Formats: sequence, C-alpha cells, structure tokens
Amino acid sequence: MTTAEDAARLGLHKVGGRPPLRDYVADVWRRRTFIYSMARFKIESENQQNSLGMLWVILKPLLNALVYGLIFGLLLPSNTRPPHFVEFLLIGVFVFEFFAQSWTAGGKSITNNASLVQSLAFPRMVLPLAAVTQRFLQFLPTVGIMLVFLLASGNRPQLHWLLIVPIFALYFVFSCGLALVTARLAAHWRDLNNFLPFLTRFFFYTTGIFFSVEERFGPRDGHKGHPTIIKISDFQPIHEFLSLARSALLAGDSYTIDERYWLFAGTWSLGLFAFGVWFFWRAEERYGRVD
Amino acid sequence: MSTDETQVQAPQPPKDRKPVVIVDDVHVEYKVFATGKRPTAADRRSKVLRGRGKQMRTVHALKGVSFTAYEQDSIGVIGTNGSGKSTLMRAIVGLTPTSRGAIYASSRPSLLGVGAALMKDLSGERNIILGGLAMGFSMDEIEANFDDIVAFSGLEKFIDLPMRAYSSGMTARLKFALASVQTHDILIVDEALAVGDRKFRARSEARIREIRDNAGTVFLVSHSMQSILDTCSRVIWLDQGTLVMDGDPEEVIDAYNEAQDK
Repeated sequence: MTTAEDAARLGLHKVGGRPPLRDYVADVWRRRTFIYSMARFKIESENQQNSLGMLWVILKPLLNALVYGLIFGLLLPSNTRPPHFVEFLLIGVFVFEFFAQSWTAGGKSITNNASLVQSLAFPRMVLPLAAVTQRFLQFLPTVGIMLVFLLASGNRPQLHWLLIVPIFALYFVFSCGLALVTARLAAHWRDLNNFLPFLTRFFFYTTGIFFSVEERFGPRDGHKGHPTIIKISDFQPIHEFLSLARSALLAGDSYTIDERYWLFAGTWSLGLFAFGVWFFWRAEERYGRVD
Repeated sequence: MSTDETQVQAPQPPKDRKPVVIVDDVHVEYKVFATGKRPTAADRRSKVLRGRGKQMRTVHALKGVSFTAYEQDSIGVIGTNGSGKSTLMRAIVGLTPTSRGAIYASSRPSLLGVGAALMKDLSGERNIILGGLAMGFSMDEIEANFDDIVAFSGLEKFIDLPMRAYSSGMTARLKFALASVQTHDILIVDEALAVGDRKFRARSEARIREIRDNAGTVFLVSHSMQSILDTCSRVIWLDQGTLVMDGDPEEVIDAYNEAQDK
C-alpha cells in the first residue's frame, strides 16, 4: 500500500491541495460573519486616526462630487450633456467610485493580509469578499447623499427609485466577481496592482460619467454618429450599471434605457461571480506563499 | 511508506493513536541567485532573455524527510540555523511547495511564527474576534472564550490598542493565546515563544501540554532545550535538510548537544 492510499484511508488530506469546490463554498459561507465584521472593523480603523472620524464616510464622496462638479460643470463646458447634468454627474461619480475602490482593494486583499494568511487556516476567499463588502458599506451612505441631493434639487421621489436596490445588489455581486479574479491574478503577478489605478482611470474617462455616451456618439444633426462605440457601450458593464441607476433615479427621455440592460447587467454579474469563485478557488493553495 | 537513504530509526508507531500528519520523503528546493537574493519574476525573465543560467543556484533545503506525527504528540524540532526547521514547518502548512514527496494532514494547521501582527491596524480585541471567526468559531464561541484569551495573553491593559503598537513579545502572546484555543487540532509554534518573557513561556508550555492531552498535536521549533524537554514527548533533529534522529527527547537532545560541542 502506498502512503497516499494509507493517508486517504486515515482521512488525511494532501497538504497544498484544495477542498472540493462545494465544500469550499460552504466553508466560505460559514464565515460570512467574518466577512462582515472585517469590513466594519476596517472602516472604523481607517477613520480612527482622523479627527473627523466616521464623518469621512460622508465627507469623502461629497468632496469628490464637489471637485468633479467644479471641473466638469464650470471649467469645461460641453455640448454633450444631458439635462439634469449635476444629478447625472453626481450619480456617475458616486456609482463609479464604488467600482474603482472595490477593484483596487480586491486586488490587494491577499497581498495586504499576508501575515494573516500565513498564520491562520481559513478559506482565503473571504479576504477579497471582505474588501468588496467594506467598500459597499462605505458606498451605502453615498447613496443616501445622492437621494438627499436629488430631493433637494427638486426631484420628486418616485416609486421606481426603489429599483436601485436590485441594481446595486447586482453591482455588488459583479464587483465581488471582479475582485476574486483580480485577487488571484495579483497573487501570481503582483505588478498588476500597479496597473489598476491606470485601468480604473481609463474606465473613468471612457465610461459616460461626465458626458453622455449616447449624446456624444449617437446620431444627431444629420450625422449618423458612431454606432460601434454605442454598441460597445451597450455591453460594457459599468456603463450598463450607470445607465440603470440613472434611469431609476432621473426622469426624462434621455434617461429611458433599453430594457435589455437588465439582462446584460444580470448576466455580467452572475457570470463573472461564478467564474470568479471557480477561478479563485483553483489557486487556493497558492495564496500566502512567498516564492 | 517509502524508505529513505538515511538510516533513521523511527520510534515504534503507537497502536492506539491516529496519525495526523504524514511527511513522506519531502524535498524542498529553492532557486536562488549566488548573491543570496531570491529571484523575482522579472529576474527570471531577464535570465531567459540573456541566456545566462550560471548565477542561479539551487538550495536543497529539505532532502527527503519522512516521519509520521500522531495525535497527542508534541514534537520538538531542533537543529542549527539553516537546518531546514522552518522550511519543514512551512511545508506542513502548505506555504512552501514540496519539490518531491508529499505531506498529508488531518486538518490545515495554524502556524505561529515570530513577526508580523495579524491585522496591525486593528486593536488586539478586534484581532481576537476576526482571528477567531477566520478559524471557524461562531461569534458566541468567541464571546465565551474572549476573556480567557485576553487573560491568557496577559494583555488586558493593551487590548484596545492597535496591534502595530505592540512589542514583538506582546504580538506573540496574543497570537499564541488566540491560536491555542483550538485545542483539538494541529498547532505549529516556530520560535514564537522565544520572544515571550519567562512567565508567559511557562504559561504557554503548560498550554501546549494541555493541547497534547486533549488529542491535539503540537510542533515546537525551539533553540531552548529546556522548553523542549518540558513540553515535548518526541524530538526530531534536522541537520542540513535531513532527518538525523527522531525519538525520545532526552536521547535526541543529548546526541544533538554532543554533536554541537564537537
């Protein structure tokens, strides 16, 4: 009898192997309290050292909106802007910020917690999930600010505002998927974390955040526009989420969207999440190694 | 089990205890530059481009180590600096891949090494909660054990400070207190107790004996022969990556000391 058979008979597992996917996912699910607690504790500790403390959760997005409002509202006027531009911009900046933050944080979640990974035994998948959860918890107050701002600027509350709940739920799932994929890639190839700021900036300027993709590239004044760019945007997940959020919150013709966006965004979210779970699990034994 | 070339007399396997870790002819090789620097991904690539392989050297850190650890074993691991002790421990946890051979374990062990705090920005209290949750305890179980853990670590006065403010001894105490709650599993202590003061060392040695009595398994890497004599039921002596001796603590330590004094 070989040692391997001996070990299997005794119920021992090969070190450096990984548990079956089903057991692994169950293991991660059992640690959901960890994911939530870690997210909460990190938010607290990040703000602890500032004298304004938890106020920063609200202050940061407000300042962000102020800067972008100043730049794109006053300094750089443009004719590719939809009505309600300020609301349009605010939703764009806030919603995008969550994506950018959770992508960056997810990518670093394994490398930044090396000491934890090397000491204790637990399914590593909880780390990227906790990182995204943290950003999501920080995102929720900004949604509140967004709604307050909409009311303050004279928008009447509508029943379809509630659509942001499923939209942001899908958005969270999408970001988790992206974080899982990125965390594994960054564990293999650390340089990726240096590229992430450029990638998020690229998406910031190409996704319609301070301009409307439809107004800029759509057909108007007799030109046929750039149908290819519109087509690409239709399948670009961040653009889909932004359009969905804007259509849920803002009234007017320029904010009606293609109903298929729900299908596209849903497919992106669930598809990327499922792939991310599988992809991350495949290298479970690899995380925390130094070489 | 495959036999290896070194003639090590393994102790008689106990009949009534289950094996929890089987180390089967394990080899670990590192690729290093002759300057002593471990190659990074970029270095490796440039080597390929320039076609110079001469500076690359392979360090054979473990050369065919085999042994079986049973439940209720507390195994002292001794050897000179660079003999492969830590590499072996990291291989058992799965942090260092084996180049040949395999290691089987009943559960994924916790590894306590000297050094970094778990989450240095969070307070000791938060580290205990998150560490406990990560190890699979429920919030209720952690609450029930929380006071014990704090009392054991002796850090009552500092428990709400962020861990980056802790000394290395304090960090080690908190980590040990936390990791040793899980009494029925495999715990690897790699020199972590050496930074603790005498009082803490005595307390943690008592805890190790307790774990052993509760069907747990402990590996203790230490240069303090007294610690090992006080806590271990078996000692493994590594030298230059090979297992020199495996057996009764007093016998192995005597032989080790004799070889050191030569």
